[in-house]
Amino acid sequence: MSIPRKHFAALLVAGALTAGLAGCASGPPVATGTASSPGASETPKPSGTITVFAAASLKPTFTRLASDFEAKNPGTKITLNFAGSSDLVTQITQGAPADVFASADTKNMTKLTDAKLVDGAPANFATNVLEIAVPPSNPASISSFADLARPGVKVVVCAPQVPCGAATVTVEKAAGTTLAPVSEESSVTDVLGKVSAGEADAGLVYVTDIKNAGDKVKGIPFAESDQAVNTYPIATVGTGKNKELAAAFIATVTGSEGKKVLSAAGFGTP
Amino acid sequence: MTFQLDATLAARGFEVSLSLGPAETIAILGPNGAGKSTLLAIISGLLRPDSGKAVLGGRVLFDLAADKNIWRAPHTRGTALLAQEALLFPHLSALDNVAFGPRSAGASGAAARETAMHWLTEVDAGDLAARRPGQLSGGQAQRVAVARALAADPELLLLDEPMAALDVHAAPLLRRLLKRVLAGRRAIIITHDILDALMLADRVIVLEDGRISEAGPTRDVLEKPRSRFAAGLAGLNLVAGTVSDAGVTTAEGMVVAGHHDGTLGPGQDGVAVFPPSAVSVFLTEEHGSPRNSFPVRITDLEPHGDQIRVHAGGLSADITPAASADLGLAPGMTVYFVIKAAAVAIYPA
Amino acid sequence: MNRRSGTGYTGIPPWIYAIAAAGAVFVLLPLVAMVAKVNWPQFIPLITSESSLTALGLSLRTSAASTAACIVLGVPLALVLARSPFPGQRLLRAFVLLPLVLPPVVGGIALLYTFGRQGLLGRSLELAGIQIAFSTTAVVLAQTFVALPFLVVSLEGALRTAGNKYEAVAATLGARPSTVLRRVTIPLVLPGLASGAVLSFARSLGEFGATLTFAGSLQGVTRTLPLEIYLQRETDADAAVALSLLLVAVAVAVVGLSYRRPRVGVAPEGVFR
Repeated sequence: MSIPRKHFAALLVAGALTAGLAGCASGPPVATGTASSPGASETPKPSGTITVFAAASLKPTFTRLASDFEAKNPGTKITLNFAGSSDLVTQITQGAPADVFASADTKNMTKLTDAKLVDGAPANFATNVLEIAVPPSNPASISSFADLARPGVKVVVCAPQVPCGAATVTVEKAAGTTLAPVSEESSVTDVLGKVSAGEADAGLVYVTDIKNAGDKVKGIPFAESDQAVNTYPIATVGTGKNKELAAAFIATVTGSEGKKVLSAAGFGTP
Repeated sequence: MTFQLDATLAARGFEVSLSLGPAETIAILGPNGAGKSTLLAIISGLLRPDSGKAVLGGRVLFDLAADKNIWRAPHTRGTALLAQEALLFPHLSALDNVAFGPRSAGASGAAARETAMHWLTEVDAGDLAARRPGQLSGGQAQRVAVARALAADPELLLLDEPMAALDVHAAPLLRRLLKRVLAGRRAIIITHDILDALMLADRVIVLEDGRISEAGPTRDVLEKPRSRFAAGLAGLNLVAGTVSDAGVTTAEGMVVAGHHDGTLGPGQDGVAVFPPSAVSVFLTEEHGSPRNSFPVRITDLEPHGDQIRVHAGGLSADITPAASADLGLAPGMTVYFVIKAAAVAIYPA
Repeated sequence: MNRRSGTGYTGIPPWIYAIAAAGAVFVLLPLVAMVAKVNWPQFIPLITSESSLTALGLSLRTSAASTAACIVLGVPLALVLARSPFPGQRLLRAFVLLPLVLPPVVGGIALLYTFGRQGLLGRSLELAGIQIAFSTTAVVLAQTFVALPFLVVSLEGALRTAGNKYEAVAATLGARPSTVLRRVTIPLVLPGLASGAVLSFARSLGEFGATLTFAGSLQGVTRTLPLEIYLQRETDADAAVALSLLLVAVAVAVVGLSYRRPRVGVAPEGVFR
């Protein structure tokens, strides 16, 4: 064993470890809406550029809303950054340049308000509830939440550490049904992936995730889901440069146009 | 029970046919790239020729005739190979290296070690038994390698320049050892050294460009070389051409006068052979001695014993250092080589 | 520069040292930053929590199993690639090495469509009563998939460096091919095999993407240390950092121990008989 080979090996080891922790970034597929909707905005003509940090589950709706906004307000540019809410909070507190933050839960928004990085009070603009996702053929014939506890049914849920998993725990308690999942995934994408691949018989994710997944999975609503309603707050980031444009975009999201796009995607109204 | 080989390998321009008696050792001589190692690789089964056949002691090693297509794997051939490098397995002791052959043949560990010890003693390396190859000198390692090859009890021992990598002190020792152990064995030894051929081989084969250019008993080949390569090995000048009344006429029209035994007739292919000591060097053409005087261009000068050897026009001449200094010889100069006709032997090519 | 006596000419221009130092800092600084971020008073409780220990144990067990699988599959692959030329060899090598450059998550997807319930082989396996999805076997498969090239690359290099002269001599001494492999080839390339195995183990230990995609994540069954770190990061940054440091320590220990062996790969006599 010569010395250069030792070094080469050490590099490979470092590479092996990094590669291991790398391939984790995978979001939902990009869905860009470019149709412009009628109806004029009442706000004064804003201009310039803002960056919006939004929860990954908002990707389809916010992409659509942002492009509509840009079309209606020439001279504005909205840069979107989607990731898990907790990642976004970490990025903002570390100094990432964000003007608007839209969280998938109130807990992460509270982290940011506690850090004094929010202007004013956050506005709740959408709600989301859990739904059962099954493969299109529904091989285990799931029709209710109780069916998920049947022996032999392979259920995949989110881990309790992530928001959809926390909601799952709440629903389990409310329904008095304890699930024995075969896997506790760290993201909605991973749960949906396993259901759409047919690996699992059922998964618990948000209704919007199922809508967004199209015909790859089928959604089965259940009554106990209203025990864990997830609320989406949005706020202007205190360190933002263009507060005017930020406020205008938030107004669009919370306004009628935002409601229309959000409810089409399966979100509820708070 | 002889060893008989016919093999061709077009990719390397190789076409050789030879046979070997039961206790005969032949030396293969030839310039680099002549196909010497190819020959051993084909015999040992490491390289497959295009066509041919080889039989060793009644066993067919290979027969590539279209209807036969027999090919024995190397480990079933009984042709142990000893290379220029000892190639002792670095992770085994000298004893276990030597025991490798017997073990592979199915001997028990104890029996194999006993055989190994016998052969180590035979090559005067009994005291090296416990050493790892990394702890052996080049000469010691090659001795152990000889023992290892012999312990495999080969029907045909193949030696590929076994002395080439050894220093001037180790080589004579190994040569004496080989002379002892090769006695009564069938072996093929590739060598560059005429001394190896003289001491170890019964016969010599000269291989040039993949073909045998000369073969015969060692002494005959050295005394009456027919190829330029063999003549060079023997330290002789050789001019090939057509026999005439005057001597040998080359294709370029140069006539080398000499004597022949009368069995040669004009028009036959022949060679004129003469030692460098029979060649004198002059700066100008000598008057009154028109025979065997040739203008040549000096390519090289080198010390040779207590003489200076002058290489020119594919020939060489030995002169004293004093004469060389007097003449002011240097490469590139044109001089006249004058050969004593009485020292030129002419015989059929 | 004041050189120690006894050191020779290196041929390295001085500015190379400056860039090398920058490179070393680039690699080490993030590790230092992580160590600085560790909540030391809570370190021991954080890494000895039940979920952490379960994940560590699972990681070590599955990595050992993957390394064994890599040796079983990788040694023949490396031999074939290094020693016997055949049509399509370059293509085979390219495919074997593919997981090196593939994002692990892609590997996971590929494995899912092979061994998953609806996969190419999975359906037949399921009929035979073997379920791989969401099992520890799936973790081992994912890790083997991504770690195999490390062993093959290492070993193929060692085989090429060693050349086949020793094998040729062994064959002419009467050793059949299996004997040559066992008594000559493998002992000769043992250092390369060992370093390949260490690299495979390290890669298995760090495997994340393919495991997450293919095997899922359940404590004690499929949630290895990297998955645990990723999950802890959601709620407990301190735990994630502490576990990361643990993973680095384990990897450094494995690599460090393996490279303390003698320079020449000499197996103790008797091992291969």
